[in-house]
Amino acid sequence: MTATAEPEVGKARLRKEDARLITGQTRWTDNLQLTGMLHMAVLRSPVAHARITNIDVSRATSMPGVAVVLTGEDLAAEQGSLPCAWPITEDMKSPPAPALAVDQVNFAGEAVALVIADSAYHAADALEAIDVDYEDLPVVLDLEVALRDNDLVHPDLGTNKSATWIFDSAEAGAGTDVEAEIAAAEVVIERTFRQQRLIPAFMEPRSVVVDSSAGMFTVWSATQIPHILRWMLSAVTGISESKLRVIAPDVGGGFGGKLQVTPEELLCLLVARRMGRPVKWTETRTESMLSAHHGRDQLQKITLAARRDGTVTGLKVELLADMGAYLRLVTPGVPILGAFMFNSIYKFAAYRFVCTNVFTNKVPTDAYRGAGRPEATFAIERMMDELAVELDIEPMKIREKNWIKHEEFPFTTVAGLTYDSGNYEAATARAMELFGYDDMREEQARRRADGSTVQLGIGISTYTEMCGLAPSRVLGALRYGAGGWETASIRMLPTGKVEVITGTSPHGQGHETVWSQIVADRLGVPFEDIEVLHGDTATSHKGMDSYGSRSLAVGGTALVQAADKVLAKARTLAAHMMECDEADVEFASGSFSVRGTSTVRALGDVVLAAHVAHDLPEGMEPGMDADATFDPDNFSYPHGTHLCATEVDTETGMVKIVRYVAVDDVGTVVNPLIVDGQVHGGLAQGIAQALYEEATHDEMGTLTSATFADYLVPSAADLPAFLTDRTTTPATSNPLGAKGVGEAGTIASTPAVVNSVLDAVRHLGVRDIEMPMSPERVWTALQGRPDEGAGEVAAGGLGSIDAQGGQS
Amino acid sequence: MIPAEFKYLFPSSVDEAVRMLAEEGEDAKVIAGGQSLVPVLRMRLAAPTALIDIGGLTELTGVRDDGDSLLIGAMTTHYEVQRDHLVHDHALLLKLVTDTIADPQIRHRGTFGGSLCHADPAGDLLAPALALDAVMIIAGPGGRREVPASEFFVDYFTTALAPDEILLDVRVPKHTGWSAHYEKLNRVAQAWSIVAVAAAVQVRDGAISAARVGLTNVGSGPVRAVDVEAALVGQEPSASVISEAALRASTGDGYKDNLARVLTGRALTAAVAG
Repeated sequence: MTATAEPEVGKARLRKEDARLITGQTRWTDNLQLTGMLHMAVLRSPVAHARITNIDVSRATSMPGVAVVLTGEDLAAEQGSLPCAWPITEDMKSPPAPALAVDQVNFAGEAVALVIADSAYHAADALEAIDVDYEDLPVVLDLEVALRDNDLVHPDLGTNKSATWIFDSAEAGAGTDVEAEIAAAEVVIERTFRQQRLIPAFMEPRSVVVDSSAGMFTVWSATQIPHILRWMLSAVTGISESKLRVIAPDVGGGFGGKLQVTPEELLCLLVARRMGRPVKWTETRTESMLSAHHGRDQLQKITLAARRDGTVTGLKVELLADMGAYLRLVTPGVPILGAFMFNSIYKFAAYRFVCTNVFTNKVPTDAYRGAGRPEATFAIERMMDELAVELDIEPMKIREKNWIKHEEFPFTTVAGLTYDSGNYEAATARAMELFGYDDMREEQARRRADGSTVQLGIGISTYTEMCGLAPSRVLGALRYGAGGWETASIRMLPTGKVEVITGTSPHGQGHETVWSQIVADRLGVPFEDIEVLHGDTATSHKGMDSYGSRSLAVGGTALVQAADKVLAKARTLAAHMMECDEADVEFASGSFSVRGTSTVRALGDVVLAAHVAHDLPEGMEPGMDADATFDPDNFSYPHGTHLCATEVDTETGMVKIVRYVAVDDVGTVVNPLIVDGQVHGGLAQGIAQALYEEATHDEMGTLTSATFADYLVPSAADLPAFLTDRTTTPATSNPLGAKGVGEAGTIASTPAVVNSVLDAVRHLGVRDIEMPMSPERVWTALQGRPDEGAGEVAAGGLGSIDAQGGQS
Repeated sequence: MIPAEFKYLFPSSVDEAVRMLAEEGEDAKVIAGGQSLVPVLRMRLAAPTALIDIGGLTELTGVRDDGDSLLIGAMTTHYEVQRDHLVHDHALLLKLVTDTIADPQIRHRGTFGGSLCHADPAGDLLAPALALDAVMIIAGPGGRREVPASEFFVDYFTTALAPDEILLDVRVPKHTGWSAHYEKLNRVAQAWSIVAVAAAVQVRDGAISAARVGLTNVGSGPVRAVDVEAALVGQEPSASVISEAALRASTGDGYKDNLARVLTGRALTAAVAG
């Protein structure tokens, strides 16, 4: 083995995954072809709420190539209920969630029947020959209407309210009483914001293959969570966990959208068991948008109490969160993740958070990039701007007045979290410098004075987030059904090569590259000699998978601990080999030496000695492998300051981002290139919520944004060049100092853009514009008329055939 | 992509294609580049019994000089239109419009004639075809006929083309030396226009001698803004003349009406400047 020339950590390496991904050399789930494989197609409900009075499968059953047609009734005895792992309160109401509807459908897109055929074509053809009779039920779509309980999504529950979850700083002993602060406040600001419904829109559609041969069930799935999926599939079906192997091969994006135990995963498993043959299901894009879980969808009523000098004294948050029709894996917990983040980087005396989870006849919501934290950051950053306007204080100054100073860390917040490290002043100063903040304000003043038709706005978003999910004890206290630890193994092979096994499950993040960099430094082995294995429960037998910006902070730490275990054993053996006291052994650049001598043993030689085991110290086991599991004591808290300049064309309502600066503090950076990629992608998704994306429904509950012609995902052509930089205060909760970067860009950017647009037009009498800020909404706001709701403009193309959402 | 089953036919001549269309009946469809038909097939929004692929009819590709006009083959791709020097010199508006269609991959597949026959009112090529007085040359069982753009676009996704007819060429009168601009407002690069305006202007001796203005996606088909054109002719190409004329692009007060006026003003301003 040769020593690495320079530290790997910090190096902007190209990703080792990319060659196979870019050149099409990998196998996605849908590429798998097994002998005798059947294909599953899913008939989905065209209506949002109805009783199924009859399903006639006779025509479909006799179609060419059809092996069997199955309805919910056929599977009722074995399908159980899809799992919800996060019962947020003791009395939470949770309806049974059959994978295949039995006698009632509760959202348009819900699975109603299956065709199993010898080809995907035959299966799709036969779908059209299934006749279903529906008896319409009243459709519940609007959150506030749903709360009145006049029409019920699940009549058996007697209410549309699933649960109410409360945090109160006075009750928790973390702060004062918010009602008292509001009553005593010099200024009280109350606003309501709508977090529109979003669709995760991963590029690789979901796909499942189940093989039941060899006495085992092997499940390939385009999932973020192979380990959790294995556990949950076993729990639902009763199939022994030891007889289930789940493989997540290369997976093309997730954004939380593949943090799920899906109906189709369960159904493929049941069908494979029933038929004794392999089964594949791959969704179309529209099917994905109609049935894969959605994100966000909250109504946020925010009350902020302050003194006239700008000091915020209290924050009250009252949320309505749309669950959709069912509680999926972590549906109820997503808004709760935001509970700890509304106070963000600030020092508020009092805080109260009340969230009511509500059922509607829509696709279930669940995790989507940021999960609870973007909603919280949006609300507080909008409110800080509203307070700045009310008090006529510079918006950055009002933030500075309230934020935690760098010398105050570690700081326990009014929500009860302890922020370990951070420097908001440093990130903000760097962002303002990169942005040219003062010059931009001057340009803005000039355009206002000129009455230019293109006005300039400047939007600020400071943020922090809780990452590194999660300390298991905290998850337990929140009634979550699993732990938050992560695991890693290192296998030192006799030829000197290294296998790393991780319990994280990358789906685009580049863990193979980053994990290799960490191990290369720690063990002094070349980057190229390290192979990272993941996403297969047969090789990585345990893990908690990838979401919540957790993989590096938690999984990376487990990896460091495993490497240290390898080194500890190797040091003992090296001392034995060099016939010296272990205390005299030094390790550097992949070699052990005896202090003060020229005696050296490369790690590879020590590993080989361990492997052949010809001469080991008394009691030492052969081999040089190590496992480690890390359970963090605390979350990690990335933070940053984002600044966005937009031009608003007051004649058309069109918004153009002309400058975007993101200065993030994500702790220690292992690979700057990958971090930049995460920030860029995150910004694109956060900007998309501000300006472009929205899941829309007609009054019957039909999703009218079920194609990419109607659901507008921006491309590089629509986004500015991002100016990014970093400040670094390492996390103290893990030895890497890493804080996590997967969600930062998405969390910070949405309010930066919205604040910017409002800043551009506020002097023209505009107080608020709902997201996404379409040109029509912006223009309508500028006409001094209330927003009549955009999206109704007749559009062309596919959009005009089946939907109007998103075209305006 | 899992469309409903269809018969696939690949004619080697226009006559054969026309014959196949007649034989296959009303549920047959001609497929050119597939820019619009393939998504519709993929989503099973349409289930034609037969697809007649005219991709082999090379006589329908390319741009020819035909005296006072250009003849643009229906199967000429957007990419070819963008780079054709005849189009650049004699129908600049078409080139500028085509530059904005979709993305490079689609411009290599999608065809000029296919877009016109699809007749999506949000499609970019309808307005300039109307504005430039294009004429469709059509083959059918009864022979050839010519239909001006003003009669070709009938309604949403509906043209004067009979089910057994094929568009062969589009005759575009030369607008040599005219300046032009396409002003398009769409939310993201790959979205259809909310509204767009295609404008071509001829300036002689310091005055506008002729103007052509077509509007995209303001109705069930392309709209020729004849009042705008009329208000420009004989006037100096000044800012006030243009803004006055642009007001005639629409009389309503809705968002799209506003866009029609604003974008018409911008298109004309850019055209006379160019």
